[in-house]
Amino acid sequence: MKDLLKIADRTFSSRLLLGTGKFSSPSVMKQAIEQAGCEIITTALRRVDIHNPEDSFIQSIPQSAYLFLPNTSGARNADEAIRIARLGRASGLSHWVKLEVTPDPHYLLPDGIETLKAAEALVKEGFVVLPYINADPILAKRLEEVGCATVMPLGAPIGSNRGLKTKDLIAIIIEQATVPVVVDAGIGTPSQAAEAMEMGAAAVLVNTAIATSANPPLFAEAFKLAVEAGRKGFLAGIPSIKLKAEASSPLTGFLG
Amino acid sequence: MSFAQQFDPSVIQTLSQTLLQTTTVDLERSLNSPTLPLIQFSALLSPIASHHLETMAQKAHQLTRQRFGNTMQMFVPMYLSNKCYNTCTYCGFSIHHNYRRITLNEDEILKEGLLLKEKGFQHLLLLTGEAPDSVGLTYIKKAVELLKPHFSSIGIEVQPMKEPEYRELIQAGCDSLTLYQETYHPDSYKKHHLSGKKKNYLNRLDAADEGGKAGFYRINLGALFGLYDWRFEALSLFEHLRYMQKKYWTSKLSVSFPRIQKMVGEFAPDHELTDRDLTQLICAFRIAFPDLGITLSTREKAGFRNHVLKLGVTTMSAESHTAPGGYSGKEDSTEQFETSDHRSLEDVQSKLLALGYEPVMRDWI
Repeated sequence: MKDLLKIADRTFSSRLLLGTGKFSSPSVMKQAIEQAGCEIITTALRRVDIHNPEDSFIQSIPQSAYLFLPNTSGARNADEAIRIARLGRASGLSHWVKLEVTPDPHYLLPDGIETLKAAEALVKEGFVVLPYINADPILAKRLEEVGCATVMPLGAPIGSNRGLKTKDLIAIIIEQATVPVVVDAGIGTPSQAAEAMEMGAAAVLVNTAIATSANPPLFAEAFKLAVEAGRKGFLAGIPSIKLKAEASSPLTGFLG
Repeated sequence: MSFAQQFDPSVIQTLSQTLLQTTTVDLERSLNSPTLPLIQFSALLSPIASHHLETMAQKAHQLTRQRFGNTMQMFVPMYLSNKCYNTCTYCGFSIHHNYRRITLNEDEILKEGLLLKEKGFQHLLLLTGEAPDSVGLTYIKKAVELLKPHFSSIGIEVQPMKEPEYRELIQAGCDSLTLYQETYHPDSYKKHHLSGKKKNYLNRLDAADEGGKAGFYRINLGALFGLYDWRFEALSLFEHLRYMQKKYWTSKLSVSFPRIQKMVGEFAPDHELTDRDLTQLICAFRIAFPDLGITLSTREKAGFRNHVLKLGVTTMSAESHTAPGGYSGKEDSTEQFETSDHRSLEDVQSKLLALGYEPVMRDWI
């Protein structure tokens, strides 16, 4: 059976989601998206001129080939996030929304209280909501309960390329979740992406690492392979780590 | 306690002298430190740091790229009026210059705005002189309301106001506040602001707090370089930014380092800021504040901007006119100062692309 990622009523073969900020040009972004083999791309609604069909972003990505996941980046509270999400839907872009509420412009850490408020309202309005959160297992459950389609905990502050600093908490979130867990921020290298997938994350989202690398298309491909490798490792079952060496041919095997 | 209440220029004055003795060891410690208190920051402004500018530039470039990616936010200033009751030695709008003052009416505001929109601008900065009787809150608010439907971001650079007034402007659709102290040095401030409301140093110093309380999305601080020792201004700006960052933690902060330019009348700056000094300033602020927006306007020449933009700049203007009605070719309108980079928006955009940067026209709703 094919291993598919299911979010709300959609299925996807790729488990790598790409963010579209920070690229040097729309053409570099397009190449990176192609090499990443991704099917879901997220973009900040504040960056897209939704009323302008000539907008460089809208022009450079064939809309039918991808699921556009508009995000509310820049919103500082629930009201702003709801307003931005509604604008995205009204413009016909999507009724899916990656919910980001980041009142602190320095580390861009998500506000759990406002995120929960906005998520509850948006789900009621018929949005498919994918909230970006701190790696907080209780908040993850609360968001699930109000009807979010995924939870997206951060590995480290966004754009920091620091990897899975919140690993232990993400492990708890994965263990308890009934919706897909997408590790959303802080992943800086393909090996870190593989690590998240080996832990059982349903998918990872990468942006800064790829957009600011010296060769974005090649780095995107590296992430694609790493995500696939990590996923297969998880499906195969990762052998547990042991404290001492254990011989493959044990000395007491003769005892039966 | 507001910034004006806690800011002590004498401490800054002393540090601006002691930092001149910074050693290479001090500098290295600062460059390798994950956080920079004021004293460690001061090392980055030292003469010795100027000899290690390449190292600072590499670090600044790398930090900017990681935080802001390969993008450059574009904006354009739009002057609404050159009417002003202040006497300021360095400014073309100062009341002591004798020329016919122009204030755009509603039709002219819209005409000028639509022209800029047509060119592709989405982030607009509105500027006026200080003439509260005709160019006060009501006038500025009306301008914001007229223009907001056509632009994704509207900022203001006008006289200092109080929290309730700023709130009204935010409600009308304004998201960012630009407010330069001009000089943080009280005696120099007095020397260059001879009459009018602007004479009040503390009132101006308080305004960023008022803007923070009102909840502006972006707040842009700065000093006008040329009025006093650049190291003193830089240390003061550092203190002001750190204070704002802690107190108004939901506002995005940015900084500008405008240098005095030629204007109507004669004015020679007392304190020079060379290209090398300005480069050092940009690098020092980027290293101290990885998330800080840094604006570089058309006050600077095209060649200099092309080079220095990689070192920490996040926001640039293009095609700027500094006289009200300047874009629609209003005759007889006097500008605030002469710009130095006369390239069209299109030329700046293609240069940015050639340098590996995507010019971002819109970044707010």
